[in-house]
This record gives sequence, structure tokens and C-alpha cells, in this order.
Amino acid sequence: MSISITLLAQLIAFVLMIWLVNKYLWAPLSALMEARRKKIADGLSASERGKHELKLAQERSTELLREAKDKANDIIAQANSRSNQILEEARDNAKTEAERIVAQANTEIDREVNRAKEELRTQVADVAATGAERILKREVTDKDHESAISDLIARI
Amino acid sequence: MATENAGGGPVEYIQHHLTNLSVGEGFWQLNLDTVFFSILLGAVLVLVAMRIGRSLRAETPNGLQNAAEGVLEFVDDQVRDSFGGRVPKIVAPLALTVLLWVWLMNFMDLIPVDLLPAIASGLGVEYLKVVPTTDLNTTLAMAIFVFALTIYYSIKVKGLGGYIKMFLFHPFGKFLIPLNIVMTAIDEIAKPISLALRLFGNMFAGELVFLLIALLTLGASISASLLIWFPLQVVLDMAWIAFHILIITLQAFIFMVLTIVYIAMAHTQDDH
Repeated sequence: MSISITLLAQLIAFVLMIWLVNKYLWAPLSALMEARRKKIADGLSASERGKHELKLAQERSTELLREAKDKANDIIAQANSRSNQILEEARDNAKTEAERIVAQANTEIDREVNRAKEELRTQVADVAATGAERILKREVTDKDHESAISDLIARI
Repeated sequence: MATENAGGGPVEYIQHHLTNLSVGEGFWQLNLDTVFFSILLGAVLVLVAMRIGRSLRAETPNGLQNAAEGVLEFVDDQVRDSFGGRVPKIVAPLALTVLLWVWLMNFMDLIPVDLLPAIASGLGVEYLKVVPTTDLNTTLAMAIFVFALTIYYSIKVKGLGGYIKMFLFHPFGKFLIPLNIVMTAIDEIAKPISLALRLFGNMFAGELVFLLIALLTLGASISASLLIWFPLQVVLDMAWIAFHILIITLQAFIFMVLTIVYIAMAHTQDDH
């Protein structure tokens, strides 16, 4: 139970043990744990960054969507006004066309009426002359009745 | 059993158990059992460490690696708590070695006191003391190494002048220099001595209690009184083992914490 050379042996054993424990247990295991800690920290920060980016992207997408909706509304409104305009123009065109056609038809009718009147007039004169011939039962020379017939025509 | 051929006396029994297997005389006495068992346990520790090291997995640690990581983290926390700033590289492995190795050596105390010596005597080895930490040489060797480290770091951090100044002016200021030297020297020497004696004392006393419990039925013949003494012995043994599990763990932990604290104290600047 006294201090002896055993102490030196145990001292050497102790130092050797520290070296061995460090080499085979502490160093590899703590390096592994440090690497794992770093990996986890990196992963967490990456996920945080990802979350942030997702939020930004969502904001951006809603903004884009709103812009697109606005633009679409603009385009629809523009198209509507354009179609109204086209419709208006077409209506106007149709109206003038119709008026033109009606006016043309009217003049046609007028001309036709005048022509008919003229024709009727000459035919009535012929009928009157024939009637008169028959009433008189005699030949009336053209010379004699020229004036009377023209007078008749004028009166019809 | 060894005790039987020693005549069965309780004194001889205990003395026999407290004698190391040794070669050499006086200062040159080498306790073979102490050295053998401490190296054997160290080898076990290193082999287990190598086994863990071979199958290290960062993603899916298995059972043994989990346990090792838990212990390692525990030691690392202790070290970080004690050191304010940068920790020297040797401290954490040193603390881990102390905790595991001392615990293993203490654990030898839980093996029935007569088992290994009985086997040894069967093999022709007369004396065997199986718990290396009940040998003052072991605990003092570790304490001296820790002490050397504290001196090294004291001088490294404070400088040689600062270290000497600590001796000259420490407890009472500059007017009582001779007293200061004595006080600080006692203060410093007390650290390794108390560190070594605490562990040694606890383990030695624990071993002694096991021996005393074993004495209850030592050499008893088959008789009616054995019906009382034998159950009592079993109950006492179990109670002391249960308690001693705490003690061996606690002593290993205390040795580790004090090792860390002493080296950490060496790193503190003079707080005058």
C-alpha cells in the first residue's frame, strides 16, 4: 500500500489511454458529430431560405395574376367598344344604302309612271279618233281634224 | 479458498485481500494486478471504441454509437461549461478517458470479492487485488498528470512571472509574502492529493465493506445460525452493490469534473 514504481507504470498507462481514447473515440466521433451538427444547421437555414423564396414567388405570382386580369379586362373592354363601333358603322352604312335604293326605286317609279301616262295619252287619242270616225260613219281626213284631235289630246 | 488455507481468521482474510500481487521490494515494487487490470480494462475500452469507430454512421447511428455520443456530449458539455473561452484540445479527451476508464476500474469493485482471487489461486497465483483504483498508485498517477497539466497551463496562460506572482501575493496581498508562499503551495498541493485520495478512499472503503459482508459467513460450518447469517449476508450484499453502483459512477464523475475544473482554473487570469 505504498507509493512505488507502480505509479510510474500507471502514469504511462494513463497517458497512453488518453492518447488512444482521443485517437479511436473522441476524434472520430466528435468530428462526425460536428459534421452532423453543421449539416443540420445548413439544412435548417436552407429550408428557411426556401420558405422565404417561396413566399416571394407567391407574392410575385399573385401580382402577375392581377396584372394579367387587369390586362384581360382592358382587352375585353376595348373589344367591346370596337364591336359596338363596327356595329354602328354597319348600321349607318345599311341605312344609307337602303335610302339610296329607295330613292332610286322612287325615280324609277316616277319615270315609269310618266312613260305610262304618255302611252296612255296617245292610246286614248287613237281611241277617241276611232270613236269619232265610227260616230260620223265617214272618212274624215286627217287634214280636217288635225286640230280637233290635238285639242282632244291636250284635254285628256 | 485462500482464506481457508490462511487459517480462516478475519484479519488474515482481509489482509490477504488487500495485498497486491507484486514483484520487487520497496520503491521498486510493481503491482502486477493493478497494472494488469487497468491495462486490460483500457484495452476493453479501446476495443469497444474501435468497434464503434469501424461502423460510424452519421445518418443512422446504431445503439452503441448512440451511447458513445451521449457520453461524449455529456463530457463536452461539462468541459464547455467550465471553460469560458477556448478549450485546449487535450481537455475533452482527457476528461472522457478519466470518466470511462475510472468507471471501468471502479466497476471491478462490483465483481464478487472472492471470485477472481479464488480463480487466481486455483491457477496458482497467491494474491490478487482486482480493483486498480483501490491502489493509491493508480489514483495518484492520474492526479499527478492532471496536476502537471494545471501547472503547464498556469504558466502558459499567466506566464512564468504570473505563476510566481500567484505564489507571492495570492491570499493576503504583498505584505505577507512568506505566508502567501506557504498557503498557495498547500493550496496547490492539496488539489492532486485530495483528487487522488478521494477516489482511492471511496473505492478502498467500498471494497472493505464488501469484505466485511463476506466475513459474515466466512468459514462458518453448516449450522442453524447459518440460516440467519446467510440471508442477511445476501441482503446486505445486494444493498451495498446497489449503493455502490452509484458510488463508482459518482466518483468517476467527480474525478472528471475536478480534472476539468482544475485545468479551467489554471486558465483564469489573476482576479486581483
